[in-house]
Amino acid sequence: MTAGDPKVTLDLAQSHGLTAEEYDRIIRRLGREPTFTELGLFSALWSEHCAYKHSRVFLRSLPTRAAHVLQGPGENAGIVDLGGDLALTFKIESHNHPSFIEPFQGAATGVGGILRDIFTMGARPIAVLDSLRFGDPADPRTRRLIEGVVSGIGWYGNCFGVPNLGGEVGFAPEYAGNPLVNAMAVGLVSKRGIFRARADGVGNPVFYVGAKTGRDGIHGATMASATFDETAEERRPTVQVGDPFTEKLLLEACLEAMATGAIVGIQDMGAAGLACACSEMPARSGMGMEIEVSRVPQRETGMTPYEIMLSESQERMLLVAARGREEDVRRTFAKWELDAVEIGTVTDDGLLRVRFHGAVVAEVPVKALADEAPVYEKPTARPGWQDALGAFDPLALPAPPDSCDAAAEALLTLLASPGIASKEWVFRQYDQQVGINSLVLPGSDAGVLRIKGTRTGVAVTTDCNARFVYLDPRAGAAMAVAEAARNLSVSGARPLGLTDCLNFGSPERPEILWQFKEAVAGISEACRVLEIPVVGGNVSFYNETLGQAILPTPVIGMAGILDDAEARCTQWLAEEGDRIALLGPDTVSLGGSEWLWVQHRRVAGRLAPLDLAVERALQEACRAAIGAQLLGSAHDCAEGGLAVALAEACASGPRRWGADVDLGPVGGRADLTLFGEGPSRVVVSVKADRARHFEQLMSEFRVPWRWIGRVGGDRLRIRAGEATLVDLDLDRIAGAWRGGFERYVS
Amino acid sequence: MNFGVVIFPGTWSDCDFHYVISEVLHQPVRYVWHRDTNLADFDCLILPGGFSYGDYLRAGAVAGRSPVVEALPEFTARGGLVLGSCNGFQILCEAGLLPGALMRNECLQYRCQSTYLLVENAETAFTRAMRPGQVLKMPISHGEGKYHADAETLRGLREKNQIVFRYCTEHGRVVKEANPNGSLDNIAGIINDEGTVLGLMPHPERAAEAAVGGTDGTLIFNSILGTLVEDGSFLKR
Repeated sequence: MTAGDPKVTLDLAQSHGLTAEEYDRIIRRLGREPTFTELGLFSALWSEHCAYKHSRVFLRSLPTRAAHVLQGPGENAGIVDLGGDLALTFKIESHNHPSFIEPFQGAATGVGGILRDIFTMGARPIAVLDSLRFGDPADPRTRRLIEGVVSGIGWYGNCFGVPNLGGEVGFAPEYAGNPLVNAMAVGLVSKRGIFRARADGVGNPVFYVGAKTGRDGIHGATMASATFDETAEERRPTVQVGDPFTEKLLLEACLEAMATGAIVGIQDMGAAGLACACSEMPARSGMGMEIEVSRVPQRETGMTPYEIMLSESQERMLLVAARGREEDVRRTFAKWELDAVEIGTVTDDGLLRVRFHGAVVAEVPVKALADEAPVYEKPTARPGWQDALGAFDPLALPAPPDSCDAAAEALLTLLASPGIASKEWVFRQYDQQVGINSLVLPGSDAGVLRIKGTRTGVAVTTDCNARFVYLDPRAGAAMAVAEAARNLSVSGARPLGLTDCLNFGSPERPEILWQFKEAVAGISEACRVLEIPVVGGNVSFYNETLGQAILPTPVIGMAGILDDAEARCTQWLAEEGDRIALLGPDTVSLGGSEWLWVQHRRVAGRLAPLDLAVERALQEACRAAIGAQLLGSAHDCAEGGLAVALAEACASGPRRWGADVDLGPVGGRADLTLFGEGPSRVVVSVKADRARHFEQLMSEFRVPWRWIGRVGGDRLRIRAGEATLVDLDLDRIAGAWRGGFERYVS
Repeated sequence: MNFGVVIFPGTWSDCDFHYVISEVLHQPVRYVWHRDTNLADFDCLILPGGFSYGDYLRAGAVAGRSPVVEALPEFTARGGLVLGSCNGFQILCEAGLLPGALMRNECLQYRCQSTYLLVENAETAFTRAMRPGQVLKMPISHGEGKYHADAETLRGLREKNQIVFRYCTEHGRVVKEANPNGSLDNIAGIINDEGTVLGLMPHPERAAEAAVGGTDGTLIFNSILGTLVEDGSFLKR
C-alpha cells in the first residue's frame, strides 16, 4: 500500500462502479481485501466496457468461424484472408460517452484507439469509416456536437494519414443527450506478419512504447459504463486527449520494430491503459507479468501507481520483446523519437505484480482480472410498448392528395431531410485519398480500395437503420446485416466478415436487454444464412440520460473483396440509353420509414418482411451482373424507398442523368409505392447492349425483378401506368438533396 | 533521373510519390530521411504532403528548419530541382525558399476535393510538357492552403512569371467560386526566381493513374523528365 492511499472499503469499491457482490467476489478470489491499486485494476477490468458482463452470454451465439477467418474475436481486431500473402484486418469501436462530454477530443481519440487496434496486429491502416448519430440538427447544442465530432475525426485521421472511405450520419431525438460515434478502421497485413497480443517467453522484457503517461482519461472505462445525469460536465477530465502526430510516429516505429523480428507480442493501450494490457497479454498466454511502474515515462509529477495503471493517455503500446533483442526495439523507437522503456518481465506465475520503487502495490492473478469478471444473465422482458408500435398502421393515416405535385413535394422534402440529404459537408473535411488506393470515394453505397500489386479490391461500409431495430429488434438487426452485405454486393464485392458496434441503453433495464438479446439473435441468423462470420466487435451500453435511452443501434461494419477491382460498380446512372431494372420483391412498408418520420414525426408500424434466402440470391445476382460487366450502376433501396433511390441514382453523383420510369399500374397508395421501405431491393441500370445478357443471367437466380425504365434527359419521371407520380427536373432534386443537411451546419 | 522523396516525422504522401515515380514512371527513387544532408546523388527532390511535426507551431515551421531543407539551396545551386506539394509547399515557404505563406483556409475547415488548375507558365522545368492556358484536374487536401504574400511580393511574382498554377473552373476561368481556400489571386502553385523550386498545394501523385482519379499529375513529372511528346498528344488537351 502506498502512503496516502485511501482505505479500501465497500463504499470505496462502490464508488468505483463495483457492486457489493463483485467486491465480495474479489475478496474471496484474492483471499484478502484488495489494495487501493488493486481495487483500481478490478474496477477498470471488471467494468462493463472492458468485461462485457451483461453481454457476453448473448454474444456467444454469434457465428465467428469460416475457412477464410484467420483471427476471430478475442484479439484486438479480426483478420480475414484476402488470398495470396495478404490479409485484411478490421474492427469498429464506440467512443460515445467521451464524445458527448468533449466532442472534439472524444471523437478524435475514438479514431486513435481503433487505429491502434489495427496496427497492433501488424497491419498498416488503409481506411477509416465513421458511423454517427445525433439529435435534431436544428438544436444548437446538437450542431455544436456535430461540428466538434466531425472536426475531431478529421483532425485525427487527416494528421495521422489514413483515408476516410465512408460512414453514415443519422438523426433521432433519442440521441440528443447520447450521440453515437462509432469508428471503424481497416488494415492490410501480410499473413507472415501478423502479431498478437500475447506475453510469451519467461524472462522476456516488457516494453512501454509511445507517448508519456499523464492523468488524462483515468476511469474512462468506468465512465463509459454508466449513464449520464446532471453531473456529466464534471466528467471532463475523464476524456482522453489525442495526438495524431505521435500516433503516426508510433505506427511507423511499430511496423519497423515488427519487421526486425524482435517483437514477440504487442497490444495497444486503450481503455484501462496499462491495467488492461498488463493483464490481458499474459492471460492470453497463461503467463504472468511483473512491472515497475516508476519506470513508466510520465508527463506529470507525483503520479501514484493507481494513476499510472489506470491512465488512458493515448498513443501508447505495450510490447514483449525477445530477450536479447532489446536494442532493436530501443533503436527503432529512438529513430522515431518515441520513448521505449523496459518496464518489466514476463513471468510464469500467472500473476500481475506491480511494483512502485520496489514495493509491491498490486499482486493479482491475471486471469482474475482479464477472464473472471462475472458473466451476468440479467432479466430480459419484451417492452410493454412493443405491441402498440407494431399495431400502428401508417396507411390508416389520411392519404395525401393524389397529385403529381404532392408526390414531388414529398420526394423533395425527403431528399432534404437531414437523414437522407448529402453528407458531403462531413466527408469533404476528411482526406479520402492518402495512400492512392481509393477507387470509390464516400458518396456511393460502399467505399472501394485497390490493393497495389494485385487485381484485388476491398469494399467497406457501415450500416444500421435504428428505427427498424426499435420496431423489431430481431428483424431490424438482421436487416442491418443484410443492408451492409447488400451495399458491398452492389459495389461488386463479396462480403468477407463483419464487425459490430452494439449501442444500447442500460442493460440493467429488462426492456433494453431484451432489445440487445433480440438484436444479437437477428445478427446471428443473418450471418448464418448469408455466410458472413463475425470477426470482432464492441458493445456500448448505458447510452441513456435520465432514463431516456437511445434507439437500439447495432451498427454493422463490413468488409468485402472484389476479385477484380476494375469490375466495381457505383450507385450513379452512367449512360444515356441504359435500361433501368428493379430487383427484389415488391413488399414494402411505410412502417418505420423515413417518410413516416419526416411527414408525421412517428416511428411506428410493421416492417416489410426479410427473406434471407431471397436476400442472398439477390446479392449473388448483383455480384454476377457486375462481374460480367453488364451494369452501369447499382443502388441499394434504403431510407426513402424507391423514389429516393432513383433520385439519388440520377442526381447525387459527379454526373447527372435523368430517368424515365414506369412501375406499371400499381394498386394502392402512391406514397407506399414511392417511399415504402423494404429489404432486398436494388435499382440497377443495365448497358443497353447487354440487356439480353442481363435477362439470361437473372433467370439463373431466384430473384423477382422487372424492367422499369430508361436513363436519359434531365428529369426524373416516375409513372404508374397512366398516372404520373413524380416529374421533377434534376436541378430541383440536386438542390434539395445538396442543402438538406448542410443548411444546419453552415 | 534520380528522384529522392523526403520523409519528415509526420509526412504521409512519401509512399504515394515513391510508388508513382517507381511503378508508374519507372524512374529510380529513394527515400531521404530528414536528417540527411548528402544530396549529391539526386536530380530531383520531392517534399511530399502530410503533417510534418503534426503542424505544430505552424504547418511546415519545424520541418522548414531541418538539416535536409537547409541543404536545399546548395542542391538547387548545383542544378537540382525541388518539387514541394501541399505540406512540402508549406515547408518551402517556411524555409524562405519560396516567397509568401500558406494560411488557414478561408472557410476555416479542412478541404479534400478535386480542383482545376490553369497553367500560367508552361516554360518551367516542371511545366514544359504543358500548354499555357491548359486546364489540369488535380485533388487538394488541406486545412492551410490559402496562399498569401504582400503587395510587393505579389507584384514581383507576376512580373517574373513565377505564378505557375491558379485555381480555375473546368473551363479555365479564374474566378472566386473556383478558389477552394481563398488563396490570393487564386494562386495554387509558384516557382522560385531561379526556376528550380516549385511549390503547389494540389497533389500530383494522386492524379497519376486513370483508376484513382486522372493522369494530369504525370504532366509535371514528364516535364521534369524532359519528356516532351513530339506527336503533340499532350497538347491536344
